[in-house]
Order: sequence, then C-alpha cells, then structure tokens
Amino acid sequence: MYVYTDFDCAFLTERNQQFRAQVARRLDGSLTEEEFRPLRLMNGLYLQLHAYMLRVAIPYGSLNPDQLRKLAEISERWDRGYGHFTTRQNIQFNWPELPDVPDMLDALGEVGLHAIQTSGNTIRNVTSDHFAAAAADEIADPRPYAELIRQWSTDHPEFQFLPRKFKIAITGSPSDRTVTRAHDIGLRMVRKDGTAGFEVIVGGGLGRTPMLGKVIRAFLPVADLLPYLEAIVATYNLLGRRDNKYKARIKITVHENGLEHVRDLVEARFAEIAPYFDSEATQAELARIAAHFEAPVLPEVTESDYHTARANDPAFRSWSDTNITAHKKKGYGIVTISLKAHGAVPGDATSAQMRVVAELAEFFGQGEIRVSHEQNLILPHVALANLPVVYSVLKRHGLATANAGLLSDIIACPGMDYCALATARSIPVAQELATHFERLKLEHDIGPLKIKISGCINACGHHHVGHIGILGLDRGGVETYQITLGGDGTEDAALGERTGPGFSYQEIVPAIERILRTYLALRHGREETFLHVFRRIGLSPFKAALYHSEAADAA
Amino acid sequence: MSKAFAKVVTANALRSGRVVWLSESDGWTQDVLNAALFTDAEAAENALARAAANTAEVVGCYLADMRATESGPEPTHFREAFRRDGPSAAARIPTIGA
Repeated sequence: MYVYTDFDCAFLTERNQQFRAQVARRLDGSLTEEEFRPLRLMNGLYLQLHAYMLRVAIPYGSLNPDQLRKLAEISERWDRGYGHFTTRQNIQFNWPELPDVPDMLDALGEVGLHAIQTSGNTIRNVTSDHFAAAAADEIADPRPYAELIRQWSTDHPEFQFLPRKFKIAITGSPSDRTVTRAHDIGLRMVRKDGTAGFEVIVGGGLGRTPMLGKVIRAFLPVADLLPYLEAIVATYNLLGRRDNKYKARIKITVHENGLEHVRDLVEARFAEIAPYFDSEATQAELARIAAHFEAPVLPEVTESDYHTARANDPAFRSWSDTNITAHKKKGYGIVTISLKAHGAVPGDATSAQMRVVAELAEFFGQGEIRVSHEQNLILPHVALANLPVVYSVLKRHGLATANAGLLSDIIACPGMDYCALATARSIPVAQELATHFERLKLEHDIGPLKIKISGCINACGHHHVGHIGILGLDRGGVETYQITLGGDGTEDAALGERTGPGFSYQEIVPAIERILRTYLALRHGREETFLHVFRRIGLSPFKAALYHSEAADAA
Repeated sequence: MSKAFAKVVTANALRSGRVVWLSESDGWTQDVLNAALFTDAEAAENALARAAANTAEVVGCYLADMRATESGPEPTHFREAFRRDGPSAAARIPTIGA
C-alpha cells in the first residue's frame, strides 16, 4: 500500500485548512452558496435530496485496516453508523452536517484518505482491478501506475476545469474486471515482444449516450504513460464541447470528430510535450511507488482444513463455491465479502461490519482490503485453510451471503432514496429482486447473472453493461423501469438492448421473473449462462415473455 | 380543467442539509404539514424571492407542487413525497443478515 510522503501530508493538511476556512466563511455569511458550491464540490461535498453527502475516494479501491477502521469511526461520529460503497470504488457518507465536514476531512487525512476530485469537472478517482496482485492471469499489478496517475492528476493545474468529469480505469489483467471500455480512458496492460505496456482506450462512457471506448493506441510503452495521458486530456480540454453539458464528455468529442482526427491531435500534442517529461525521473518515481506495492510474501500452506470444511459444511461449501476466486498462489484464495445480503442495501456496510472486515484483513488477509466496483469488499490474499474461520466470523456479522456473481449481487446506484439527480428509486428494486428470488430459491439454479440498476439516465448503476439492466425513469409522475438485456462489462464488452416499453414499480420484479423463467426454459443445460443464451437466441423470446404474456393475462 | 395552483417553498437547511419548508410564520419547518401553502402565483413567487435571499439559513429554494388536505399540504409528485419521508423504509437502515 502506498504511504504518503511528507509532501503528500503537507499538501493534504493545507487543503483541509483551506476548506475549514471556506466552511467557516459560508456559515458566517461571508460566502454565498453560489461562491461556496464549487469549493465544496472540489472537496467531495454534495448536497443531495435529504442531506449533504461526502464522497471519499478510495484510490484504485485499495484500503488498509487502519483506513477502513477510520471510515467506521467517521460513520459513527459524524454520520449514521454506515457508509455506502459505490461503483467507482468510493465510499459515500449520506448524512454529514456542514459544520462537521472539516473534522471529517482531517480524520480522513490521518490515514491518507481524502475527498479531493471526487466531484467537479476534473480527473476523478482512478479505478482499478479489485483482484490486483492476486489474480492468476495478471501481467502486472496495475496499482503502482494508478498511484502514479493519481499523483499526476491530483490538483493538476491544467485539468481543474475540463469540459466535464473525466474517469480513468486501469487493469493489469486480460480479464477485465474494471469495465475499461466504459471509461473516458481505459488502460489495459498488454505485452509486446516481451515488454509490458498499455493498450489505450478512449471515449467510452455510459450515461445518456452510452458508448464503448475505442483503441487510440494499441501499445503504449510504460515510460510514455504520463505524457500520453496528458496529451489526451489536453486535446479533450481544447476540443471538448462546453456549450452543452450533455455533449461534453470525451465520448462525444471522439464521436463527433472521429477517432482518427482525435488520434492525430493527441499524437501531435504528445510529440510536443513528451520531451518536457523527464522520463528517468518518472521511472524513478514509479520504482519508488512500486516498492510500496510489493506483493506480500505468502508462506506455503496446506489446504486440508479447507477441504474438510467443504466436505462437512454445505453452507461453507456453497459460499466458497461462489465467493472464492482462484489466487495466483496455490493454497490461497481471493475472498469476495458480499455487501448484498438478501434484502440489504447494495454496497452499504455498518461501522461494525467495517471493523470486522478490517480485523479479518489484519489477521488473515495480509492487511489488504479492496473495494470492488460491484460494491463488495475483497480480501485478496487469504490462505484457504483459514477460510472456515473467516467464514464463521463473516457469517456472524451478516457478511457471508453466498451470492457473488449471482442474481442478488446487484449493482444499484443510490437512486431517489438519496440522490438529487435521480428520477426513480433503485435500492428498493434491488432489495425486492433479491428477496423475491431468495424466496423462490432460484438464484443458484439461474447461475451467473449481473443485474445492474440505475435510478436515472446518468447510469451510475452501469445498467447498460448489466446482463439485465434496469433504468428507473419518471414517466408522467410515475416511477417507470426500462429493461435492457445482453450488456457485458468485461473484455467482451457490449451494451444492452432495450426490450421495449417500461414497467411500473409494482411490475418490474414480475417482469424480471418472466425473463428469467424464459431463460431457464430455453437454456441448453446449466452450463449455458443467461448471457450465452441471450447471445444465441437474441431479444425476441424475452420480448415475447415480457409483453405477450401481459396481453394474454389481460385477455 | 387546469390544476388549481398550490405550492410550497422548500429548500435544504444550510447547516444540517435537511429538507425544510417555509412556514406560515415565514420561518422554516421540518414538517411539511406546517408549511405555508400558496394558492396565488404572485404570492408564491414573492415568498420564494424572500426565502432565497436568506442565504444564511437555507440552500436551493424552489416552489414545489402540493395539494391541500385537511391536515396540511400533501406532495403531488413522488420526488417531493420522498423528500418528505426520507429514504424508503427498507433503505433507511442497512439490514444485518442472520
């Protein structure tokens, strides 16, 4: 894990002091809301539907136990005893009061966390693979590069007023767990002639105009990473539209100008600025950062306790089937801690749960915790032999739901339960889906399935890349839910296709059930997943199930 | 027939961020039933202008549609109902599984 230098600490302390003074001036009336708003947004403080919301960046989704315990403490002292993990590997506190926020930021600073650039038209938290340094198929740990990008992008003077927000995702694995093609810039580590570099993808994004990113550079040497990123963002800064908020993201810039033209401009800018980057100094900095991410030394271990527990305890076996992913080292596993207990709010964790996870990471997980964009927590390095005890502790705290990658492992944005932009609720739809299918005991039979729910067109819930996507809208004063099918956020990324007219809040869960009953009836055995069946048979049978049965019922 | 004009002035409190409504006495209340209901467009706009000038107490003032009931103003749109009620009951407190 990266540890702040004196420079980093001094920077953060100064920023927090500035914000404390800004809050004081707002409270004593020296600043109007118009003057204060951009200042609070620069520090991650939103005003939502019912209260303020503080969004804290969890850099590339990596946390140490002290940081997670501090988040628990903050949620207790200044919020309501829980936090919400988001699809961008951030955590949101939903109930802070304005006078307390400077203290919250100071508390975050104590453990090297902050809320800088979690809002505004800047480069946001760089997201990364939650299985980094543990996945068996990884070329290299992407996090040192993510940290380098974080340092470069934080308070970058040229990029504080971009046309619109800017999101970068980076993966070191061919298996894409970071949805790189739905980001403004996606970086995928690749090898060419034995050398590691990046495939650079640009212009992806969901929202009202969903687009998959396109490859702007097939192979970028590691040494050129910063000047090339700077060339892309500088090109976008000049070329991107500022006349229309809905056409301001780089995906529209690329779409309207054409990839070739954008590439020419980027390459020209790159040629211009690359000489000013001291690549030796960057390499030295990268080496300094990389030393913080040295893989933990994992001793050789036996697996016998694990196999015994699997043989004797069906609940443990079920959990380890779904929530454990193969580790690159024999005898170890990657644990997905589900924040999706049936009926719970996806991504919410209480302060008590955060402390339990911190402790487990300390005792059994090499002191590492990850936040996944799928709103779960991960212990990336756990000896299989320790899984029975880890499981029993998780179970006591409502954290051992065996559903990773299944129907109830739903991504849901906060929706109209919290968000000022939302047009409908998402959380209760996720809760209803999870409890409904739990009652039917169908979840494990249905198998791998990604349901993603957004409460407005901005698509924070990634519904376009859900196998089943649900989009909540306001249609004439009524919550209405549109369905898309066949989306995919992996290396085979695809945008879902809309089925047709939407469904009311009361109709949406039965509609999803009709889709899944159709899948079960038409699949060629359990091995054929929902996504496979959709790719084989297309939209029509699902449309028939969704709309014709309604007509039949009415008749 | 056009809907009868009926609006309240609403905002978020500057310090707590909580939802508030302009009351009959020109103060701020956390109970929509105590909100002043304006049935005259000009009076509503004037109240909004007065309220919005009060930047030391509230943020983001606007007029929200309501209907008059015997107990007080009642939201006509679900968004305003959620602002009144807070997060859905189930979403309010994270569930700890068994």
